[in-house]
Amino acid sequence: MSAGRQDADKPVVHAAREQVARLLALVPFLHSRGEVRLTDAAAALGVDPEQLDRDLRVLFMCGLPGGYPDDLINVDLDALEGERIIRVANADYLARPVSFAPSEAAALVVALKALAETAAPETRDVVRRTLDKLAAAGQTVAAERVHVEATPEPGSELVPLLQGAIDRGHQLELDYHVASRDEHSTRVVEPRAVTRVGDATYLDAWCHTAGGDRVFRLDRILRATELDTPVSDRAGHARDLGSGWFEGSATTVTVRLAPPAHWVTEYYPVTATRPGPGGSLDVDMEVASEAWLRQLLLRVAPHATVVVPREFADSFTASARAAVRLYTDTDVR
Amino acid sequence: MASDKAERLLNLYIMLLAQTRFVSKQDIRRAHYAEYADNARGDEAFEKAFERDKEDLRELGVVIEVGSLDPFFDDEPGYRISTDTSALPEIRFEADEAAVLGIAARAWEQATLARRTTEAMRKLAAQGVELDAARLDLVPPSLRAEEPAFDALWEATQKRRAVTFDYKRPGEEPHRRRLQPWGLVRSSGRWYVVGYDVDRADERVFRLSRVQGRVSAVGKAGAYDVPPGTDVSAIAADLARRTPDVEATVLVRQGAGVGLRRRADRVEEDVTGPDEESGWDRVVVTGPGSDLASEVLTYGETVVVEAPEDLRSEVLARLRGILEQSEQSEQSERSGAAR
Repeated sequence: MSAGRQDADKPVVHAAREQVARLLALVPFLHSRGEVRLTDAAAALGVDPEQLDRDLRVLFMCGLPGGYPDDLINVDLDALEGERIIRVANADYLARPVSFAPSEAAALVVALKALAETAAPETRDVVRRTLDKLAAAGQTVAAERVHVEATPEPGSELVPLLQGAIDRGHQLELDYHVASRDEHSTRVVEPRAVTRVGDATYLDAWCHTAGGDRVFRLDRILRATELDTPVSDRAGHARDLGSGWFEGSATTVTVRLAPPAHWVTEYYPVTATRPGPGGSLDVDMEVASEAWLRQLLLRVAPHATVVVPREFADSFTASARAAVRLYTDTDVR
Repeated sequence: MASDKAERLLNLYIMLLAQTRFVSKQDIRRAHYAEYADNARGDEAFEKAFERDKEDLRELGVVIEVGSLDPFFDDEPGYRISTDTSALPEIRFEADEAAVLGIAARAWEQATLARRTTEAMRKLAAQGVELDAARLDLVPPSLRAEEPAFDALWEATQKRRAVTFDYKRPGEEPHRRRLQPWGLVRSSGRWYVVGYDVDRADERVFRLSRVQGRVSAVGKAGAYDVPPGTDVSAIAADLARRTPDVEATVLVRQGAGVGLRRRADRVEEDVTGPDEESGWDRVVVTGPGSDLASEVLTYGETVVVEAPEDLRSEVLARLRGILEQSEQSEQSERSGAAR
């Protein structure tokens, strides 16, 4: 065939495997339920509904070898296209999901063990029970080859208190550290939810001091006190926790990463990547807070520099110079 | 193209599933690989495609049994998939256990393993486990793997497949190493691989951040056995002793350094600081030496290390590194402009 097939070879192979993985989960899911709405199945399995629709059209072409119509799996396409309902018949032999692949089991079990290490005692017992059940089913062997020493997320000890206030509908008083201005403030907020976004956990709330919706990073909450005051309807509407959570305009910044800092691209959203000089990578990032960027660059120092914009590069260098001065100008030892 | 291949994979799975007898390769080829011509080139292409498909099914968790078709002639292998080994055992989880699974599923920040966990959770959902991610009483620990070598070594460890890679200790030239990996360990914020070093004929531990370039898998999966009694967590405990926690004394500007204050062992307020722009506090924190420098650096001009000396000099050296970088880029800009 055309050369295009050659180029597309690798992702295509992967796509097929993932499609089969979804189908081998979908059929057992349907089996115990009879018929299911497309959107419900998609939500339960964590798949995009349109993708699931495409997957079902592949399932339709599969079945026992033999070539008779009865050998094939029957997908009710009328119901799928009309009422958006999934009905599958003639697939009883796929009634059970496939066992965990060793790598899948190991990833899940290692995560549970890490959770057991960092969680509060009562949660730890629940995690142990869960692990015991997986072990009894023979699913923990692969994880024995991996050992992780986990460290609790800073601020995670506040979650039970915050969640308790949310459940009871009470306001909170917070001592909060505003990193970009490097200052403390005490404020009263109406909490909505605790949510993880990217690599940090946040409290979403309506803030009386600011007079608007705000998000608070848990590791910057110095103290939280549950008040007796009930929340008003301002706390009522939960916000969409996806994009647009963090308002304000973002600046496109190009950062040059030397090889020891290449991992940054795996952890932070980068919009573009180009090879830079001397084995480095030039990456574009949408940065909402210069303070955040400066912290990231300092963490990997001296392996990251700002290429564009010039103001960010200058202020980063200036802050490094100021820090050096603290070490060299004085004799505080 | 994707759906052709997906169809074939699924049909192959169904054909081999729950067979009492082994299915011959010829029958498999006739049923699902009819497009490969009946000549030497076609044979070769079929073999390749069949191998890849089997590998894909194994990646999904399927166990393919290989056996003899005829007990008297074992020249031609046959294949089947048994429900006993390939179906997920029925596990019933209580609501709180399902909630804990949902939280653990968000722990991996490394892309490949985050995907792996999602696949595992989907299989549980398929079995009827209702995963309620809405309630969040606790925060998942963050499991990171920043080292580029992680993916390949994880795969090799899971599959018991030997690897080669270039390994560079500080101040030395890189050396090519051959390793049969036994396990992976994360300790003090770093990943290590433990295994049998083929050239040294002994057990060795390698730090993933010192692996240079690509890790290549060599030979077949399941090519060696991990010695019975190998305890990866005991080796991890050894490592923890080798990279001990450091107690650091730092000066922190008043009103800043929240993260350090939060986990401080001791805080002494209103001490003499390196400047008078603010008041200063003396804070004592404990942490793995390797991470402490990076952590202190993120605070920029609000935290100064007093002791120990090597932490102080590492932080200062890295700050000076930033200034050197900036001078270099200015010089190259100037010389560029002069031309």
